[in-house]
Amino acid sequence: MGLIAGIMFQDITTLLLAPNAFKDTIDLFVERYKNKNISVVAGIEARGFIFGPPIALAIGAKFVPLRKPRKLPGEVMSEEYILEYGSDCLEMHIGAVEQGERALVVDDLIATGGTLCAAMKLLERAGAEVVECACLIELPDLKGRERLNGKPLYVLVESH
Amino acid sequence: MFAAETELKEDPRLQAIFEAIRVIPNFPKPGIMFQDITTLLLNHKVFKDTVDMFVDRYRDMDISVVAGVEARGFMFGPSIALAIGAKFVPLRKPKKLPGEVISEAYELEYGTDCLEMHVGAVQPGERAVVIDDLVATGGTLSAAIKLLERVGAEVAECACVIGLPQFKVKLDSVYMLVFHLPFNQILTIYLFFG
Repeated sequence: MGLIAGIMFQDITTLLLAPNAFKDTIDLFVERYKNKNISVVAGIEARGFIFGPPIALAIGAKFVPLRKPRKLPGEVMSEEYILEYGSDCLEMHIGAVEQGERALVVDDLIATGGTLCAAMKLLERAGAEVVECACLIELPDLKGRERLNGKPLYVLVESH
Repeated sequence: MFAAETELKEDPRLQAIFEAIRVIPNFPKPGIMFQDITTLLLNHKVFKDTVDMFVDRYRDMDISVVAGVEARGFMFGPSIALAIGAKFVPLRKPKKLPGEVISEAYELEYGTDCLEMHVGAVQPGERAVVIDDLVATGGTLSAAIKLLERVGAEVAECACVIGLPQFKVKLDSVYMLVFHLPFNQILTIYLFFG
């Protein structure tokens, strides 16, 4: 973990340097989701791109990257979300997800829940059902869970 | 080298990978034919085949590091690393990695950019593969190779799904699955060779 200007930064890169621990992490998620008929794993840029694809490949789902503005080429849909100061935006390709698909949202960490909430909205606007949000780390003091409109959240580790 | 130049020449997976890539004209700016791999990620079988082809190549090459270039290298690298028992090291744009980093600048068409790696992520003597979705001029890959070599690692090879040779910089040890030639270059070659 790193301390930067008062923010305790939860650095998952050290996990990625330990192949057995990284594999165990993925296996925990795969065990949980492999029999849930999930056809979409949506990963949030950029650290969601590290964990999402291995999960998608193992459970037979497609991987859909949710990206910062102007990164995805072609037709996209956008969802704005509030930051501490100002707002940001998450984008998804039109046509990536079909009506009725069951989706999992993956990111490395949930803090305020703003990004996850925007991700869920994108998937629901495309007609998918978000089955669960999955993160390695939760910062429970920031109450992100409450922003998920009752959608279940699965995390491996809590950090206070 | 391209996969088609090896014993994988007739492998039907290569044709499926080629067809799964979507070309978007004039993105991010006019004149650029953008090679979009997100359509490949939507096809589970083709995505799995892509990863498997890299895994098959690298599993017996004593590779202990897979370094992925932000952000599309992150979509392929970790799965390869997991399958071959290597660590995954993200190479990121400036100010994304917390803690101590080393930086390598590289040239863009206009201006420069920078790639960063964590100090201590890679040890001297480790063998590494660099992964990105696409190679064009090779500028980013060159910066990635330099970062790894600066910490004493040996870059066994660079691996990219798509090769877009720009006829400017040639990287000897780049392995590419498929070849995409932008339409304007097909025309240029035709005119050049009569």
